[in-house]
Amino acid sequence: MNVALVKTDTSRAGSDVFTLSRARLPGTGKVAETRAQAFAIFERLGLPHRRVEEWKYTDLRALMREVLPLADAPDAKALARAKAALASVAVDGAVRLVLVDGVFVAGLSDISALEAGVSIKSLREALEAGSETLLTASVDDAMLMLNTALATDGVLITIADGAKLSRPLQIIHVATVSKASRASRSHLALGNGAQATLIESIVAAEGAAAYQANDAIAISVGDEAALSTIRLMRDAADATNISSALVTVGARSKLNLFNMTSGGGLSRLQGFMTLAGEDSELTISGVNLLRDKQHGDLTLVVDHAVPGCTSRENFRAVLDDRAHSVFQGRIIVRPDAQKTDGKMMTRALLLSDEAEADNKPELEIFADDVSCGHGATSGALDESLLFYLRARGLPEKQAQALLVQAFVGEAIEAIEDEALRERVIDTAKAWLETRS
Amino acid sequence: MPLLQIKNLQVRVEEREILHGLTLTVNEGEVHAIMGPNGSGKSTLSHVIAGKPGYEVTGGEVLFKGEDVLAMAPDERAAKGVFLAFQYPVEIPGVATMTFLRTALNAQRKARGEEEFSTPDFLRKVREVAKSLNIPQDMLKRGVNVGFSGGEKKRNEVLQMALFEPSLCILDEMDSGLDIDALRVAADGVNALRSPKRAMIVITHYQRLLNYIVPDFVHVMSKGRVVKSGGKELALELEASGYAQFEDAAA
Repeated sequence: MNVALVKTDTSRAGSDVFTLSRARLPGTGKVAETRAQAFAIFERLGLPHRRVEEWKYTDLRALMREVLPLADAPDAKALARAKAALASVAVDGAVRLVLVDGVFVAGLSDISALEAGVSIKSLREALEAGSETLLTASVDDAMLMLNTALATDGVLITIADGAKLSRPLQIIHVATVSKASRASRSHLALGNGAQATLIESIVAAEGAAAYQANDAIAISVGDEAALSTIRLMRDAADATNISSALVTVGARSKLNLFNMTSGGGLSRLQGFMTLAGEDSELTISGVNLLRDKQHGDLTLVVDHAVPGCTSRENFRAVLDDRAHSVFQGRIIVRPDAQKTDGKMMTRALLLSDEAEADNKPELEIFADDVSCGHGATSGALDESLLFYLRARGLPEKQAQALLVQAFVGEAIEAIEDEALRERVIDTAKAWLETRS
Repeated sequence: MPLLQIKNLQVRVEEREILHGLTLTVNEGEVHAIMGPNGSGKSTLSHVIAGKPGYEVTGGEVLFKGEDVLAMAPDERAAKGVFLAFQYPVEIPGVATMTFLRTALNAQRKARGEEEFSTPDFLRKVREVAKSLNIPQDMLKRGVNVGFSGGEKKRNEVLQMALFEPSLCILDEMDSGLDIDALRVAADGVNALRSPKRAMIVITHYQRLLNYIVPDFVHVMSKGRVVKSGGKELALELEASGYAQFEDAAA
């Protein structure tokens, strides 16, 4: 029999969550129907576990155990704590879009003077107006279904054709709760010929602990457009963050995605990217900086549906103590997608004997004129490089830090904007400096 | 007090004894050449003085400025003035040469309780030295030794030597992999650093390098010991007659 059908206490716990949360969930009619259908699928699948191939290394049944009740909408006290947490992550000059415990908070956001061609509204408004398609997802993933069922809010960003934004957009997720969950769904639609940069910062307010985040973002990129995204996840050390990105790219566009995970006790970012227009370029770079018993998973599915696209995936993990990093990269090349050029490289640096890195590349190629490849390495710091630096006067920790910085630098350098790149480097440096 | 005193040094690598009681004294201002066939222990000696892991000292001592250098971490040795110019300088992708130089120089200064260099002072100093060694600015922007030719790597070692101003320079097979022009540039750089306050140990297989860096003393190593010492003429003698005669002496 199919193990996934076995009902466990954990999926029943989820069932209660949905029933209890209904009053908090915006939308009626078709929206409510969409939620109920998604929840039925989640209930059937249950929390993903190690016998589900896509979740082999991140067994949520063992690691997460249950879905916590949805957090209440933040009160004034929670908003004050969220505001205090914003200061450390807000990027100067960016259009700030703040979600507190999954609820869009206009009062903490900065949407008064938007550039021409940008429109922003909340998912809640749109769902209340009956836009159920904003919740649908093309992937039958249990956690994404849970997101569809429970998404309370999110931001909807629309960028008109030809709009070239000079200010980056920044979505900031702040958690203020303990032992509660959140679910949000955001959208970014970038028109033809448009250009934008999106920063996503994920943080915890002081005192927030042991919460569960399930955020999803759907990104659609038009033709001849250019988008850079930079996601920096710094959730509380005992928090769970299972997030999804659903991306479709048009023709002759450039998409540059970057993620750095340094927070969260248990986390996964799963990206489902479809190259749906010819001759586009997709670059995905990721860094996991994990220590103690942190578990960080980056799972990417890049679907080359049309000819002539290029995809590059470059992932670096730095693991200390008993940390566990997972990289799963699947490249699908559809029968029509001739002249596809897809490469992925994943490297893990183990600073401790007890750290673990799992790398799983998967190539599914159905076209015959393509160039695809993958590479994976994992190992300790190179002793000969360490000795060279120490022979030049660098104490051991400093020598290690310099080499680790260089190691992750190979992924960070994909960030084109110099100020943002420096910011990410500083975040990585700060992580290294707190190494015991 | 001699700058460096090596007394009856015995060293093992993975159960195999490489140095069997080596004794050598180097005073300030002196240039010593250590010659010998492959496998005689020349590079081991340089690594042990610099503190490379993987060597087990089973006997004897190494005193630098009167202190037991073997008890120090490699970075402490560097801060005290020991500099090893590597036979094969490593490539460090992702670490810009300038960042590396400044980090290293300031780490040494900090360890000595000196003030760190300000950025303008540091840049001025690097540019000055780089120019004298014919090192183009763009080389300094690249990753440490990444994509450098053999000659460039050795010039980068000399650049560091000039920048860190060590009191003992150990040049491990500086001539390996260099053509005559590259060798001359590197050797000129080294000669410019000769000073009454600084000693050098020049390790080489071939006499050729010693035409450019003329030593005060020459020692012949064979099978883990110094088997003969003399003046610079000893190198010429070796060039004529080879190492075979010493292999017997050491046996």
